[in-house]
Amino acid sequence: MTDWPKDIFDVLKEADIRQVSHVPDAGQARLIEMLDADNEIRAIPLATELEGIGIAAGAWLGGQRAALLMQSSGVGNCINAFSLLKNCRFPFLCVVSMRGEFGEANPWQMPMGQATGKLLETMGLVVTWVHRPEDVRPTMEAAVQIAFAAMNPVAVVLSQRLIGAKSYG
Amino acid sequence: MTPRDRAGGKTLNLDRREVVARLLADAGDLLVITGLGSSTWDCATVMDRDLNFYLRGAMGSASSIGLGLALAQPQRRVLVITGDAEIMMTAGALATIGAQGPKNLSIVVLDNECYGETGMQPSLTAFGADLGAMAAAAGFKLAETIWDEAALTRVLPAILGRDGPALHAVKVKAENYPHAMPPGDGTTLKDRFRQALLGPDAMA
Repeated sequence: MTDWPKDIFDVLKEADIRQVSHVPDAGQARLIEMLDADNEIRAIPLATELEGIGIAAGAWLGGQRAALLMQSSGVGNCINAFSLLKNCRFPFLCVVSMRGEFGEANPWQMPMGQATGKLLETMGLVVTWVHRPEDVRPTMEAAVQIAFAAMNPVAVVLSQRLIGAKSYG
Repeated sequence: MTPRDRAGGKTLNLDRREVVARLLADAGDLLVITGLGSSTWDCATVMDRDLNFYLRGAMGSASSIGLGLALAQPQRRVLVITGDAEIMMTAGALATIGAQGPKNLSIVVLDNECYGETGMQPSLTAFGADLGAMAAAAGFKLAETIWDEAALTRVLPAILGRDGPALHAVKVKAENYPHAMPPGDGTTLKDRFRQALLGPDAMA
């Protein structure tokens, strides 16, 4: 069985990402534990996801690479702040774990979940979906290239097919 | 009855451009981020320099940019100059900064108690919200609201020091100076800043 949270962590390390900000999501809980335990990466808990865009921009101004981890609902909190990326051509990498999608049981998650991909694309991010564990590593590696070589903002979106739908049973 | 009357507050005396001139008088290698609107016009007018990065949008992001920069460059001092509504929009970011505790990050809020770019409507500090107290409660090591010249002179060394994180809300008169555009678009100013700070590594 592929250990895909470890794959994300490993790619962030290999890409020399030094600041990872996040609003926690159950889909990324193990990844955040690994980041917290790492001495080279600064894990930054946020009050709201949009802070992570400014932090990534500031890190880049200072010569470091950063990433943002969030749940799909957090994408809605980021919309206007995404302006920073397009207007200034900042490199940007975010990992979005889905709610309101495959197998969702909470109706409150549906509106934002169904809009997440379209909103990211509308704001100019390159969006790459992952549905299978074995695709996580190559997709993360590809996203690092798009962010830091092609200098485009990119979102890796983790489907509920991959992370599993939350059970309310 | 104005919001200011309801809040029972004091008179706003300081001139924002004179405050900015004092902040930047010995800027040296200071890394400066400015929030959208008047703070950007102020800094571009008083002293444009390669190590200024100006925002004209993405309201609420100035303090977060300062945090990412301060963490990436722990040996350099970072000064964020922004407005009270800009900082209030992401007030939770103060707690994020308090948790990280970067000693080299200092925020000066030019608090004119209004939205200067949209018709001078009263902002929340006009109703009594105290940004210095909010920053202190969020874990800032130095945090104070400054009402007059004497207090500004007293805290100036702390604003430009390395014992942060610091936030000083400096109460300034509500006045609209002429706009002064930064000398380039966002991409140009970002690249200018990185080249000045990082040298050849900026293009790596």
